[in-house]
Amino acid sequence: MNVPASETGIHKRVVLAEADIDRALTRIAHEILEANKGPRDLVLLGIPRRGFPLAQRLAQKIAAVDPSVDADLITGQLDVTLYRDDLQRNPTRSPLATQLPPSGIDDKVVVLVDDVLYSGRTIRAALDALADLGRPRIVRLAVLVDRGHRELPIRADHVGKNLPTSSRERVRVHLAEIDLIGGSAVNEVVIEDRA
Amino acid sequence: MKHLLSTQDLSARNALRLLDVAEEMSAVGEREIKKLPALRGRTVVNLFFEDSTRTRISFEAAAKRLSADVINFAAKGSSVSKGESLKDTAQTLEAMSADAVVIRHPASGAPARLAASGWIDAAVVNAGDGTHEHPTQALLDAFTLRRHWARIGGGPSAGTTLAGMKVLIVGDVLHSRVARSNVWLLTTLGAEVLLAGPPTLLPIGVGSWPCTVYYNLDDALAQRPDAVMMLRLQAERMNAAFFPSTREYSRRWGFDDGRLALLDTMGLHDTVIMHPGPMNRGLEISSAAADSPRSTVLAQVRNGVSVRMAALYLLLSGDHHDEQDGEMHDELPATTPEGRIK
Repeated sequence: MNVPASETGIHKRVVLAEADIDRALTRIAHEILEANKGPRDLVLLGIPRRGFPLAQRLAQKIAAVDPSVDADLITGQLDVTLYRDDLQRNPTRSPLATQLPPSGIDDKVVVLVDDVLYSGRTIRAALDALADLGRPRIVRLAVLVDRGHRELPIRADHVGKNLPTSSRERVRVHLAEIDLIGGSAVNEVVIEDRA
Repeated sequence: MKHLLSTQDLSARNALRLLDVAEEMSAVGEREIKKLPALRGRTVVNLFFEDSTRTRISFEAAAKRLSADVINFAAKGSSVSKGESLKDTAQTLEAMSADAVVIRHPASGAPARLAASGWIDAAVVNAGDGTHEHPTQALLDAFTLRRHWARIGGGPSAGTTLAGMKVLIVGDVLHSRVARSNVWLLTTLGAEVLLAGPPTLLPIGVGSWPCTVYYNLDDALAQRPDAVMMLRLQAERMNAAFFPSTREYSRRWGFDDGRLALLDTMGLHDTVIMHPGPMNRGLEISSAAADSPRSTVLAQVRNGVSVRMAALYLLLSGDHHDEQDGEMHDELPATTPEGRIK
């Protein structure tokens, strides 16, 4: 990541900076509250790794709008590794933790949160994983970036930014909770192109 | 990892990965729907040439929880009793396109033979071979120890090693594949291993193992171990007189009520008592010790399913042709004093 672009032949450009990500999340938080007519029964489940910090940030923004909400009590993490349809095609992936809020997900309004929506296969896996964990009343989907190229009939309810991309490009989301680049925590969305 | 044959050649990195995956698998065992689709359409054959209850059931439960199809094969009542060789049996399984073969065999090295012979393509899991190794038992023991160690330390167990832990293994080391697998694995994970047993029941060459040997159980207990693992006295493998009488063995080497009380007087409140099962109550372990709150016997059985799920998942999922295996990094990852990986 800290190799200069000229050496790797990868062209990089930042499409969302820290302030852009923050604005997009603020808007999504309001949209979630609006669509649900308030915070009742809301559960935000982030898909690892970067969906989880995004779910935490959204929950904090919802709690800032509605002080009756405790951000920690509506946030969880949903690991979908063992439900993927490409387990046999890729090197073995280690599953990560699934942590549901204490209230569970039965009869809740679950908002799945992920960083990038691409083929839709991760979300399909997430829907299967949810079905094994309980029966939510409604499932919605919030993503920071929708880059197109869907392979399944899946659509996001809340999108931070629609980003038309070529399938040759890679969209990378860096979040301060997880990513350290050159020793400093970074919030940005980058498009890499192996030109 | 293509096969799981022994813990001696298991790298610290792979062992930790397996334990960490097992940690996630154990969460599945607490859900209402205890099933994952990860190995859908895969076939796991349990090939048991020796009697077993918990290991076979545990592997069967693990494979089924991962949605694999399970075929149980017991040597009794099969063509093996008509004289079929291991090779022919293996090739029959290959023709049925088994993806993994879980094998228990009275001959040490049978699983390694199966894996190296080219008779089959399937992943081979050693479920106990002769007096050689029983890797999944050692892994579930390590998993149980790690959870205990993390609970005392007050942190999560995922990602931690057994650094700083002192484990005493007592009894019939000579015939015990569990003891061998545990010595290698626990040492790899950073624990200090102590062995105690009568000289007749310790193997030749035990001096070269990475552990300290005691010929008196009470001397070994004075080293204040964090866990005491009692081994089963394997009467079925004993073809000579290794000790004068079972009563003498029980007095000198059994974990009896007196030694249970001794742990309390020594102030070892966090020391656990382990046993791989099946237990000879009143011989190597007293009923009071086996049923005391210190006993981890049932936790070991429960953790066995999680560990075997992790092993089957890591062996059977993924495209192994271009896998970058972690065998290069054989040393333990850098840890903080609490054993947590940086």
